[in-house]
Amino acid sequence: MANQQPTSWSSGKSLLRHGDVPFRVSTVTLASFVVALVVLIGAIMFAASAEARQAFGLDVLTGQEWNPVETDLSPPTFGAWPAVRGTLLSALIAIFIAAPLAIGIGIFLAELCPPRLAVPLSFLVELLAAIPSVIYGVWGVFVFVPFFNTVFSEPVSQAIGGVVPQFAGPIATGRGVLVTGVVMAIMILPTIASLTRDVLRLVPNTQREAMLAVGATRWEMIWLAVVPYAQAGILGAIMLGIGRALGETMAATMLIGNSQRINESWFAPATTAASLVANELTNSVSPLHESALITVALALFGITLLLNLGARLLIWYVERGMRGGH
Amino acid sequence: MHNTRNYTWRKLVDRLMRGATVAATGCAIIPLLAIIIYVMTLGAAALSPQFFTDVYQSPEASSTPDTTTGEPAAEFNPDDPFAGIGIEEGSGDTPATSAEAEAAIYAAGPKGGVLHGILGTLVITGVGLLFALPIGIFAGIYLSEYRHERFATIVRFCSDVLSGAPSIVAGVVIYVAVVTQVKQFSAVAGSLALALLMVPVITRTTEEMLKLVPESMREAARGLGAPTWYSSFTVVIPAALPGIVTGVMLAFARGAGETAPLILTVLGSNVISMDLFEPMAALPLLTYRYTESPYPGENTLAWGAAFVLMMLVLVMNILVRVATRRRGGASR
Repeated sequence: MANQQPTSWSSGKSLLRHGDVPFRVSTVTLASFVVALVVLIGAIMFAASAEARQAFGLDVLTGQEWNPVETDLSPPTFGAWPAVRGTLLSALIAIFIAAPLAIGIGIFLAELCPPRLAVPLSFLVELLAAIPSVIYGVWGVFVFVPFFNTVFSEPVSQAIGGVVPQFAGPIATGRGVLVTGVVMAIMILPTIASLTRDVLRLVPNTQREAMLAVGATRWEMIWLAVVPYAQAGILGAIMLGIGRALGETMAATMLIGNSQRINESWFAPATTAASLVANELTNSVSPLHESALITVALALFGITLLLNLGARLLIWYVERGMRGGH
Repeated sequence: MHNTRNYTWRKLVDRLMRGATVAATGCAIIPLLAIIIYVMTLGAAALSPQFFTDVYQSPEASSTPDTTTGEPAAEFNPDDPFAGIGIEEGSGDTPATSAEAEAAIYAAGPKGGVLHGILGTLVITGVGLLFALPIGIFAGIYLSEYRHERFATIVRFCSDVLSGAPSIVAGVVIYVAVVTQVKQFSAVAGSLALALLMVPVITRTTEEMLKLVPESMREAARGLGAPTWYSSFTVVIPAALPGIVTGVMLAFARGAGETAPLILTVLGSNVISMDLFEPMAALPLLTYRYTESPYPGENTLAWGAAFVLMMLVLVMNILVRVATRRRGGASR
């Protein structure tokens, strides 16, 4: 370097000087591939779902009857409401269980946990978010479903099953919406918890100091000064959790029982949109059947896209607010 | 806000709620630890040399335990990659066996191994990574080096959408765009589907790692007269390289564990196949199929496959952790 002429950059080496243009062009081009992928995913599924959308309209999602095989009595009908219902129900169960727990964990990790414990615990939480969903499925099938049946499903259905239709028996295989929701809750916990922790850490210390200075207890400080400040971000974390639960395929396919019949009971087998697509797309019996399944997948993609948009906007809003807040 | 009259009450609430967060952490950690421990113990128990060196063997191929390492049964056709897939073996269309023989089949331990699945996962995920690498790395460089542009916000959002999209969607898109067009399930279709899921992981980590490179290094390069591209390739990217490599490893780990997209694109196979344009076996597919299998022996194989998958993910993540922590400590 020492021997280099000071003018060597600017003179002669035109490749060096003009390298910025190809650099910019290549990075922008490949970056726009990312945008193109999203557009392509939407466009391909939109085009492939045209047949079913034209034939049934919104009924593909709200119709009660899913009957791909044509019989003498009836033409094939595609109404995925059982799957849509199963998806929403299992995701709601998951989020109702996971959200309070995950927020508690987030608060513990960000505010209360001794630093020595915080690092390994945070690492464990992040590690768990990376475990493939099929492993949760294996564990669910062999370990959790039998366990859940004996400690929860059977006693509860015997006790209040007659009064509350949601908890009615009988419990056949034990696979159903509720147990799927519980396993999904376990799966999305790490995601929500680590995002909540990140958002809470962004809260400026002045918030905490001011609250403690007027004599608040630790909890009052957390609940009245820290959490409200990070509210939007926590909401964003929950939305991402819902998105993950809605789109979860393997755990649902393995645990929900894959039944197209709508049953009031949460212990009875049901199906979800993702598991319906996973189970039927490769053996679809007609182009219309295939198209209807793709419509279901498209709806799933649309919903998760909106949830992501909302969540990112919220988290972004919090980060911006905090930068401005100093 | 509260008066001194309820000072004890406030202290009590403080204790209770702090205790509740500890309890919540415990509540969540228990099932998660249970999963790890179950997979570790039951999975490790399923491992044997044969598990890593053998391929699929039908549980009905032979019910005597001494031939477990022998040739596959006669009706098993190695040229037919679909042999045994999707058919509930032993449930009707097979010749009627005596109840005794049937019981022996069910009681038999695990037979065969998952070598085809391990190789298949490495090939499918590896090829997927090749597709995803250029897009992910360059998009990450773009997001970091031109971070304030409006288009960067759009790219970042699209990357987030991709990473938040259900993995089944990637399978559906490739099924429609590739599998139904060429009328053939294939390993390369699976690689494409996995690439869709790996791109955002690589993009995000590359961006984050490049942003960690101190601005002073870019300024120093610029001060010497280096153009942006030259400083990127000789100063910024080398400084962030260990981080970028870890991002690629994380992407590989994510891709290797994905199951749903493979169901729609790769289908699965019972033999070792290295043809990218044919169906191929994959570890997550085997895990899924063996879990649903009626044979306890295959259920054991499912635990073993889950164990290998989890080890892959855990080891990758721990390596990444060690690498980034050392980096973080040094740069601070």
